[in-house]
Amino acid sequence: MLPLALGIAVVLILAITSLFVGVSDVSLGSLLASGWNDGPMQVLLVSRVPRTLALILAGTAMAVSGTLMQMLARNRFAEPSTVGTVEAAKLGFLAVLVVAPGASVPVKLVVASGFALASTAIFLRILRQLPIHATLIVPLIGILLGGVINAIATFIAYRFDLMQSLASWSTGDFSMILEGRYELLWIGLALTVLAYVMADRFTVAGMGRDFTVNLGLDYRAVVSLGLIIVSIVTAVIVVTVGMIPFLGLVVPNLVSLTLGDNVRRTVPWVALVGAGLVLACDIAGRIVNYPYEIPIGTMLGVVGSGLFLYLLLRKNARLA
Amino acid sequence: MIVTTNLTKTYGSAVVVNDVSLKLPRGGVTSIIGSNGAGKSTLLALASRLLPATSGSVTIDGLDVTTTPGDMLARRLSILRQDNHIAARLTIRDLVAFGRYPHSKGRMTADDEKMVSDAIRYLGLEALSDRFLDEISGGQRQRAFVAMVLAQDTDYVLLDEPLNNLDMKHAVSMMKLIRRIADELSKTFVLVLHDINFASIYSDHIVAMREGTVVRQGTPREIVRSDVLNQIFGIDIAIHEIDGHRIGLYYV
Repeated sequence: MLPLALGIAVVLILAITSLFVGVSDVSLGSLLASGWNDGPMQVLLVSRVPRTLALILAGTAMAVSGTLMQMLARNRFAEPSTVGTVEAAKLGFLAVLVVAPGASVPVKLVVASGFALASTAIFLRILRQLPIHATLIVPLIGILLGGVINAIATFIAYRFDLMQSLASWSTGDFSMILEGRYELLWIGLALTVLAYVMADRFTVAGMGRDFTVNLGLDYRAVVSLGLIIVSIVTAVIVVTVGMIPFLGLVVPNLVSLTLGDNVRRTVPWVALVGAGLVLACDIAGRIVNYPYEIPIGTMLGVVGSGLFLYLLLRKNARLA
Repeated sequence: MIVTTNLTKTYGSAVVVNDVSLKLPRGGVTSIIGSNGAGKSTLLALASRLLPATSGSVTIDGLDVTTTPGDMLARRLSILRQDNHIAARLTIRDLVAFGRYPHSKGRMTADDEKMVSDAIRYLGLEALSDRFLDEISGGQRQRAFVAMVLAQDTDYVLLDEPLNNLDMKHAVSMMKLIRRIADELSKTFVLVLHDINFASIYSDHIVAMREGTVVRQGTPREIVRSDVLNQIFGIDIAIHEIDGHRIGLYYV
């Protein structure tokens, strides 16, 4: 319990830091010196608080989705961006923009989640044809599938002049987050809580079909539930902040290293580390090239790939 | 009682289990023997609803395994297949605790905890209980899987080659444990065994399969005989009676 409390404290400190880092002058002093309707307080409420909440919500949901995907695929390299889920969600949003540009947000979300779900289900179906030991083939097939879907999406986007939308979904960036433009991410939190409630089922599913059936669970039902959670979370994140690379891959693996894969035990940590890493990368992105910003997609690309290399190359690496 | 009726499993034109009608009485240890590809493992998987049958049916105490709710069956019957591969990093204690899932649904009571500790102790894994499955040997892992199935505390326990990966010492203690639990807790074990001598010494009942059908069944005294084993395995095995046990000499 104590380590978990410390973890929460670190994330809180990062969150508070995130509130006060940026081009506009927002500090305790400027807040106290000015009134409720003045600049600093408005920047804090309209931009900084939403941005910080978005970072925490997205980081948490994306990292936990990675854990779920790894249990469902029974593979350490599986996460929404290595199995085609992200690309399929993008294609889904694109399809709505082309076919029904005026569709409401919930409709867009349902369609994109549906695309993500279908693609991920196809991926798991392909996996069933592979021997379980084919660890490295799994992400290769996923990336291949994602590549094919991405090619289709790019073609459509090019034809319909939607390349800009596609690009915004592809690169995680929190600088555009304002009040009213991040609230969808609360769905991600709800699904993360659901994943925690159902944690034991996902651990059992991670043992494989035979163990799951032996323990009296409906394997298909557990996998379907997991896929639905992962698909909706991915769609929500893609449309609000854009894809966050490596998070779902690196965070669950780091946590697994010390705590193992009992989902009940790991989810709180995966959520915390996910939120902390995203906060830290976003804050760093705001500072490194001040007063300009480096998008979090780029920051995490660098930090995440470094961490991933560490996981692969450390002594006694058991990833593969 | 486990009853199979005209149970058949085919893959394309290959018939793996062919029209097997079998009654396995409650209580005691039943061993299924036979050559590779005789259909032993498939029969076990069909009986435990891990595989759907092509035709025929299986009932456990009158409950059809294909229509009975999974969690209800999981409290009566457990199955451990051979070649289990768990990629998830779980500690032995976590794994064995999941054996209680059909009863606890994740909320472990003191009784559940005790059963988990007992199962770990029966298989001599106390010292390793906090180690991860990928940090122990194949034999230790096999014992951990069996501990999980024992923690499930079902009337029927189906084990496909439980002696896989075990050295002599652990193989013998595994068979003694199975025998003891069958006698003291009146549970029913159905084992797939490759070593006819273990089957001979520790079983009450032996079922012999060949090419998907049951060719013989009976007590060890009836089955462990040169002529019968020749019919099952197609090789000559001399049988010697040593200390009251019928031992087949098949090395030469």
